[in-house]
Amino acid sequence: MINVTIDKKALQVPEGTTILKAARMAGIDIPTLCYFELNGMNFENKPGGCRVCMVEVKGRRNLAPACATDVTEGMEVFTSSPRVLKARKTVIELILSDHPNDCLQCEKSGDCELQALATRMGIRRIPFNGEQSTYKIDSTLSVYRDMDKCVYCRRCETMCNKFQSAGALSGVNRGFPSVVGTSFSKPLGDTSCINCGQCVQVCPVGALTLVDNIQDVLNAIADPKKTVVVQTAPAVRVALGEEFGMKPGEIVTGKMAAGLRRLGFDKVFDTDWSADLTIMEEGTELLGRLTKALAGDKNVKLPMFTSCCPAWVSFYEKNFPDLLEYPSTAKSPQAMFGAVAKNFLATKMGVKREDMVVVSIMPCLAKKSELAREEFAVNGNRDVDFSLTTRELAHMLKQCNIDLTQLPEEDFDNPLGQSTGAGVIFGATGGVMEAALRTAYEVHCKKPLPRIDFEETRGLEGIKEATIDFDGFPLKIAIAYSLSNARKLMEEVRAGNPNGYHFIEVMACPGGCIGGAGQPYHHGDSDIIRKRMEATYREDAGKPIRKSHENPDIIAIYKEYYGEPCGHLSHEQLHTHYFNRQSTVEFEK
Amino acid sequence: MHLLICGGTGCTASQSLEIVDKFKAELKANNLEDEVQVVKTGCFGFCEKGPIVKVIPDNTFYTEVTPADTAEIVKEHIIKGRKVNRLLYLDPKEKEHVSDSKHMNFYKKQIRIALRNCGFINPENIEEYIARDGYAALGDVLANNNPTATIDIIKKSGLRGRGGGGFPTGMKWEIASKNHADQKYIICNADEGDPGAFMDRSILEGDPHSIIEAMAIGGFCIGATKGLVYIRAEYPLAIHRLQVAIDQAREYGLLGKDILGSGFDFDIDLRYGAGAFVCGEETALIHSMEGQRGEPTFKPPFPAQEGYMKKPSNVNNVETLANIPVIINKGWEWFASIGTEKSKGTKVFALAGQVNNVGLIEVPMGITLREVIFEIGGGIKDGRKFKAVQTGGPSGGCLTEKHLDTPIDYDNLIAAGSMMGSGGMVVMDETSCMVSITKFYLDFTVEESCGKCTPCRVGNKRLHELLDKITQGNGTMEDLEMLRELSHVIKDTALCGLGQTSPNPVLSTIDNFWDEYVAHVVDKKCPAGQCKKLMQYVIDPELCIGCGKCAKDCPVSTIKRTDYIAPGHKLASMEIDQSKCIKCGACQAGCKFNAISVK
Repeated sequence: MINVTIDKKALQVPEGTTILKAARMAGIDIPTLCYFELNGMNFENKPGGCRVCMVEVKGRRNLAPACATDVTEGMEVFTSSPRVLKARKTVIELILSDHPNDCLQCEKSGDCELQALATRMGIRRIPFNGEQSTYKIDSTLSVYRDMDKCVYCRRCETMCNKFQSAGALSGVNRGFPSVVGTSFSKPLGDTSCINCGQCVQVCPVGALTLVDNIQDVLNAIADPKKTVVVQTAPAVRVALGEEFGMKPGEIVTGKMAAGLRRLGFDKVFDTDWSADLTIMEEGTELLGRLTKALAGDKNVKLPMFTSCCPAWVSFYEKNFPDLLEYPSTAKSPQAMFGAVAKNFLATKMGVKREDMVVVSIMPCLAKKSELAREEFAVNGNRDVDFSLTTRELAHMLKQCNIDLTQLPEEDFDNPLGQSTGAGVIFGATGGVMEAALRTAYEVHCKKPLPRIDFEETRGLEGIKEATIDFDGFPLKIAIAYSLSNARKLMEEVRAGNPNGYHFIEVMACPGGCIGGAGQPYHHGDSDIIRKRMEATYREDAGKPIRKSHENPDIIAIYKEYYGEPCGHLSHEQLHTHYFNRQSTVEFEK
Repeated sequence: MHLLICGGTGCTASQSLEIVDKFKAELKANNLEDEVQVVKTGCFGFCEKGPIVKVIPDNTFYTEVTPADTAEIVKEHIIKGRKVNRLLYLDPKEKEHVSDSKHMNFYKKQIRIALRNCGFINPENIEEYIARDGYAALGDVLANNNPTATIDIIKKSGLRGRGGGGFPTGMKWEIASKNHADQKYIICNADEGDPGAFMDRSILEGDPHSIIEAMAIGGFCIGATKGLVYIRAEYPLAIHRLQVAIDQAREYGLLGKDILGSGFDFDIDLRYGAGAFVCGEETALIHSMEGQRGEPTFKPPFPAQEGYMKKPSNVNNVETLANIPVIINKGWEWFASIGTEKSKGTKVFALAGQVNNVGLIEVPMGITLREVIFEIGGGIKDGRKFKAVQTGGPSGGCLTEKHLDTPIDYDNLIAAGSMMGSGGMVVMDETSCMVSITKFYLDFTVEESCGKCTPCRVGNKRLHELLDKITQGNGTMEDLEMLRELSHVIKDTALCGLGQTSPNPVLSTIDNFWDEYVAHVVDKKCPAGQCKKLMQYVIDPELCIGCGKCAKDCPVSTIKRTDYIAPGHKLASMEIDQSKCIKCGACQAGCKFNAISVK
């Protein structure tokens, strides 16, 4: 243990503790800007670049960055001396002097860390009048980049490269024009970007924001010719409440359904339902591949990877074009829902395909890009028309004067509204795996599961591995979130799958969809993600039915429409194929 | 007999390679090619007077030689034994020719340790290096097989890092030697970036083997089997000579496996930098070598703990390394006897600016600025007045008359508000505007900032903008206060040495030339007459004969005739409309009657 004095408060902290963390232990909150950590997920952005957290250390020539300086024995730290306050204010003034300061119109207003910092430090005037950086606005279908607002904290870059290993963003230029940019300043959409949106989730300011589709949806609802149906993803219900001041982890499923109805959606359905459908298709596909492999078929591709995360799909299309036959061909639950709605449901409701508008509420930015995949449309009419994030839904409710906290609990509509606990847990890392195991086990072993909860698939570890006893057959599974973890597994598969995995689940975001880029900003507080995860499993435990293949509406739709999982019609509507989208750089000769 | 011809970059640019060829041809024509050897050496340092040709053994030092002079030198000096007087150095004071360089003021006070072989040997011939005790130190160190004792010698010698930081080299080696790892690296920092500085380039061009030998010694001491030289790609000659030297050293078994039968393996690779100034900072340098963006990271971890490829690495500057073999050969006591209490040995400076003798000099620590500028440098050009000297490159400070008798060492320069830096020394005379000079240095640091930390990325930009505002005549006294305050915050908060020192020119000029700043801000005048916006071209009506040439020369038609006819003149005088004048100076240049002056 190390003895240290911070603002005259003596304390003992373990060796290797930074001044920032030691101060927090002492209840002293040193402000930061670039520093970002996902506590417990072994992930940190610590460039020591913004210089907001500077503190005075007795005997040291210059000020020290609290985030990057470890305490040493006998260290005496002052976090708010006149010298520190002067420096900290000046640094913030400098940042603001190269910032548009258009807070009133900024999407991040109220959620902006720079704004909060300026308020906290009592900045009333920016003494420096000088040049401001200007860059071209750039946007994909998911991510909107206004780099004029960039404070060069590098969080997005760290998320993109270290967390996801996507490699789309990095520091470019030097000196004053330094900014986070793309290779060769290409539009983000033309790079290796996978639209996971984690850059948006961590951006402290309004430089990276989402592409807002609220008005598109309001227009559709206002159009009397259109039948507008909405589906809501599993992770939304455990996070939406946060936007209305509720505690992280409060489940608002019923209130959300009521809110959507108040907004004027004609039918309020549940993506959890199509998650159950996904399990039927994906689980059947897995069992099919395993059966073939056990029969000695050498052409079967194992392990099978899940395919419900669109950022992950984009990632392997861009990085592993040689392994495109490994992931399941099952569409994501969002896409499956769209296909069912625009085919089965539209017919059943007597609505023309063109007159039905399918909206999804997702914790995700990548879903905005996924719905635009050409193969997810019929004659240019998309299966899913618009995807809103959890944050957009909250904004839309507020715009329409709907206070979520005051709403009653209501049910989803039928027939695409009833779901099982298996569908619910899709929102957390390991959830798809657990849901698939619940069904695959019972279908394969033809007997009920001895225990329904697979503890080995749960938790926030980056890569989890387990062997599940399938009635004598050892099913080897792995679960990863963060695509840099997924990359490790893909490399293993490329090297011949030495660990003999059969089934691997991948989700791009921290903790799975519950940490998605469309969720309320967590500002690095991973306890929020933990609470959402607990809520997810709580919701599952409270469900009367917890296995996808026992969902009566799922059983019914196979009987009435699809015939059997992985049958002809489901192949047509519920499965897809992948493309080599490796980005190439062309050099002039 | 030997003819030593400077093959450094400077003299090469002045046709020294042609001089080499011409000499060879002339000697051949006279059947002397077996008697006289023509040697292309490294830099002699006296670049002001280059190209240099030195004749051995009589030490005749010819200056400003052209290819056309070669025939005369061969015919007169070599064949007839008569020196070519017109090519000898002319002492400006004594008005006498000086034949031997050791009697020239430029060389008298120099002690050449790091530059010991520059100008003496052919850098592309390992045997010439060996003939001057080359690789003897490496042999000793390997034979003694006691790294700790060798590190101790370096520690006792008092050698400090010559790249600017001044960190004790022995201590650096000791720390690196104590960190255990399967692979360690010794890295030579040859990313010389200060404007006008060329110490490291000259050593690499003139004596590359000394660096190879020192790296091998360092490698042995810290337990590294791999050496890397990070050298800027703009130094093609240095790269070439270093590569030739590495190849030769490998051939002679002085690099590679089992060096001199000691069992010690060591080899060196070159890594090219793209010329970013910040890559001279050791962590940025390491990131650049790793293929990452060249930007510094917070220390600790120091490179000695976690350096290149996360392995313990020791980074030394070229000049630092050049001192190592001599210290081993001559002993630490000898080295420690030169210099001041805390700064031992010598320092190489690139002397530039408004002095008579510009060039590369190596002087003992403790020498005064006055000795350097007025004796070695031969005083200020054209008899003008000394105003300031900038040391430490763009991050250093401007020192004045009152600092001239300060003995130069690491600590005194910092106390005076400047720093040693890597050895840039720019002398300024009364025609230099200190605000513009400061703006020039900030221009450099703004351009070269990596952008990572706020104070350097935005703060230096704002400093530059304030300075620009002042030189445009729009500054206020509040701006001066802001300059000072912002400079202090930047020094206090920037991440790396670049940012922490970049306000030094601002602070030192504000301290030493406050009146000049005030003149710009309050009187709207530039005392040195350099700031265009603050200049006025004025026509003296008494001297103007009214010829009207100035009005014709003026590109913006701002000169008109007045009603006033001076006594004795026939035509009315001309007048400049100051509101339209663009200060191009065309009128003044064209006036034959000296009637137009700058105020």
